[in-house]
Amino acid sequence: MTTETQRSGGIEVESLVREFKNGPRAVDGIDLEVARGEIYGFLGPNGAGKSTTVLMLTTLLPPTSGSARVGGFDVVEQGPQVRASIGAALQEAALDPLLTGREHMRLQTALHGLGKAERESRGNELLERVGLAHAADRKVGGYSGGMKRRLDLALALAHRPRILFLDEPTTGLDIQSRTALWEEVARLAAEDGVTVFLTTQYLEEADALANRVGIIDHGHLVAEGTPAELKAEIGRPTVEAAPREEGDRERMTAVLGRFGQGAGSSPRGVAVRLDGGESQLAEVVRALDAEGIAIEHLQLHAPSLDDVFLAKTGRSLEGAAEEEPADAETETAAPA
Amino acid sequence: MSEQRTAGVRAVARGVAWRSIHNFLTNPAFLVPSLLFPLFFFVSFAGGLAAIGEVPGFDFPSGYTAFQFVFVLLQSAAFGGVFTGFAMARDFESGFGRRYMLAASHRSGIVLGYALAALFRAFVTWTVLSAVAVVAGMEIAGSGGEIVALYALAVLVNVAATMWAAGVALRVRSIQGGPLMQFPTFLVLFLAPVYVPLDLLSGWIHTIASINPVTALLEAGRGFISGDPVLAAAAFAIGLTLSLLFAAWARGGLRSAEAAG
Amino acid sequence: MSSSLGNQVGQLARRSILRTLRQPAQIVPAIVFPLFLLAVNTGGLKEATNLPGFPTDSYLTFILAVPFIQGALFSVMNSGTDLARDIETGFLNRLALTPLRGAALLSGLLAGAFVLGVVQAAAYLAVGLIAGAELAAGPAGALVLVLLSVAITVAFGTIGLFAALRFGSGEAVQGLFPVFFVFLFLSAMTLPLDLLTTDWFHAIASVNPVTYLLEAIRSLLIEGWNLGDLALGFGIAAAIGALGMLAASSALKSRLVRT
Ligand SMILES: Nc1ncnc2c1ncn2[C@@H]1O[C@H](COP(=O)(O)OP(=O)(O)OP(=O)(O)O)[C@@H](O)[C@H]1O
Ligand SMILES: [Mg+2]
Repeated sequence: MTTETQRSGGIEVESLVREFKNGPRAVDGIDLEVARGEIYGFLGPNGAGKSTTVLMLTTLLPPTSGSARVGGFDVVEQGPQVRASIGAALQEAALDPLLTGREHMRLQTALHGLGKAERESRGNELLERVGLAHAADRKVGGYSGGMKRRLDLALALAHRPRILFLDEPTTGLDIQSRTALWEEVARLAAEDGVTVFLTTQYLEEADALANRVGIIDHGHLVAEGTPAELKAEIGRPTVEAAPREEGDRERMTAVLGRFGQGAGSSPRGVAVRLDGGESQLAEVVRALDAEGIAIEHLQLHAPSLDDVFLAKTGRSLEGAAEEEPADAETETAAPA
Repeated sequence: MSEQRTAGVRAVARGVAWRSIHNFLTNPAFLVPSLLFPLFFFVSFAGGLAAIGEVPGFDFPSGYTAFQFVFVLLQSAAFGGVFTGFAMARDFESGFGRRYMLAASHRSGIVLGYALAALFRAFVTWTVLSAVAVVAGMEIAGSGGEIVALYALAVLVNVAATMWAAGVALRVRSIQGGPLMQFPTFLVLFLAPVYVPLDLLSGWIHTIASINPVTALLEAGRGFISGDPVLAAAAFAIGLTLSLLFAAWARGGLRSAEAAG
Repeated sequence: MSSSLGNQVGQLARRSILRTLRQPAQIVPAIVFPLFLLAVNTGGLKEATNLPGFPTDSYLTFILAVPFIQGALFSVMNSGTDLARDIETGFLNRLALTPLRGAALLSGLLAGAFVLGVVQAAAYLAVGLIAGAELAAGPAGALVLVLLSVAITVAFGTIGLFAALRFGSGEAVQGLFPVFFVFLFLSAMTLPLDLLTTDWFHAIASVNPVTYLLEAIRSLLIEGWNLGDLALGFGIAAAIGALGMLAASSALKSRLVRT
């Protein structure tokens, strides 16, 4: 149930399909809903259909069938109204190498019809906010990849959109810039109530940033929920342990095996998915102690979105690009 | 609503035109060729072919320089439009076009913006070209009004060529479309009475030139500069028709770009 | 030259030729565009033959010399952009690791221009003759004409190589086009030198080497065997080629030092 106000700042998608001429059904019947002020993470491997979905929701590509309302407006029938309420930073930061950062801001604000005085102040404010004030008068051709992405974000925010689309905003960024961008996006949602639709290939990103995550594969939404819900659905955390004496490795594997299924191993350590969940950790330690096995290292891994992806598609997200055969073998045992 | 729409189109057109003009003026790689090429055509045709003015039967009253000035003026008008089409294709290839498509509440403003830039470009070229022609001692027999009519004709040619090139650019969306914009324009311009009046042409070229609409544009333009207007109404009708026709073609291109994402 | 060096040049030449032949987008305009201008100019300027002192009754025969030069201009662009691409992709660095040096390497790169030059010259001549142009020097003249045309093509090609080596980018090479365009347009291209009545234009055209290249070609078409004109034409082509090769070699040397 969505109220009118929620809907007017949110996104509603119903059986959305896009089929390319002589191409694949890139998006094959997607339903989803994003509430106002929510950060929705759209997660999937290369070629899953993330960008195609974003293009349709931003009115840049007409859907083959299905419907979508963005900010309360229909993306097919009410393109101009949709565009007025959204901002987007697409996968390829489309910037003009011959223009400076400030000139880009000026252009973008002008395109959106902002008044002259506001154009200048809004531009400066945003350049400041994404940390480009010092480089504002340099040509974009000389910007680094991270600077370009930040400028692209600033441009997307020029007309104070209520809804923001970010297509793989942190691909190619270093950890510092990535964290800074996460903080900015989180702030936009929390303080300004901006709805964010963000695609990513990074689990950490969806996990850290999104209120809710949709996992897309081959044009289908295969799972949806909060990161915690999705992980809970898969359930079991993994414990990873390494013996102090290399000779104890065999025995350790045997002890751990009592608590659940093996889940791969590192060069020295052993990993097991705990059948009984986190609370079994104490029992594991006691059992190892009882056998007299000295522990070098012990770690509990919460279930990750990768586990979710694996559970839903039978493939690991890392390297699950479309070129891979659907029955790609997985090095870890599939959970029940 | 309609007033709001007009405002939206205007804002977008202004933004798009601003960037194109800015890039044109600040980048010598764009500015120099579009200034120099028409000048070379003019110098080479008017200077190198001056003797053609003495061919028996060549009876243009204002001299060969003025005769060729009209051709080069209309040619640079057309090529100003084609070069703008190049810029447009480049933008849609690099993804910058998407930025416009996304920001523009009314997308016809995008084409309008490029068209304004093309016109600006043509005006810069014409200023330089006209100055060179006057310095070179070109005879102008036409009245003030007739000269204005000559430039107005050039504006129509510029608009028509821009719309033609925009239609191609928006459909191909790659600089690979360049020859497709350029070659037909070149063809139609040169299959007209470029060097001598239509009467002095013979054979196949006379046949083609007689039905080529550019011939009427050229003859009208030459009529204006020599103060002896001919085919004026027909030329304006042709210019207007071509502009509207190609505007529809560009509009179709915009639809195609929208459908392709 | 050792046989292995000869072999290497041969391999390089083979690649250059294959690359040229596999880019119809280069070949087609290089042949079609000059022919189109030939048709247009022949139709449009026919009346020029009525000017007193015009050397022939057939404007086609007169203007047929121009495509050969225009074709050669395309060769500057082609050999230049091909080499610029080699520089941009790092292929030139690979060549730098072979024993090939200087003129040997460069002549390998010009093989494509050479072949294209032969094809172009044959095409222009064939089209011209079919359309009714005269060839006063006869069949042997056709051979010499193709030879001269290829010499001009290769000579211009060295300038393309120089530009690519000096600036290292395809765009810079394209930027040269207007410069050549100026040389062609400010020559006795559409009328003979004597009929260029504008003083300053006549002055420029008479010191423009392109004028004499055109006159050498025209001498074969219109007069027959004029050894003076031919010698001047071949001499200018050789001089441009030698200068271009010298400049390109030195640019090559400094580029290989830098990278
Ligand atoms: N214009 C197009 N024409 C034909 N096929 C297309 C087009 N655009 C995308 N596709 C195809 O649609 C599928 C989905 O592409 P999309 O770009 O949406 O994937 P993505 O999830 O964004 O991938 P990535 O992570 O690599 O950006 C792919 O198979 C792609 O090849
Ligand atoms: Mg994508």
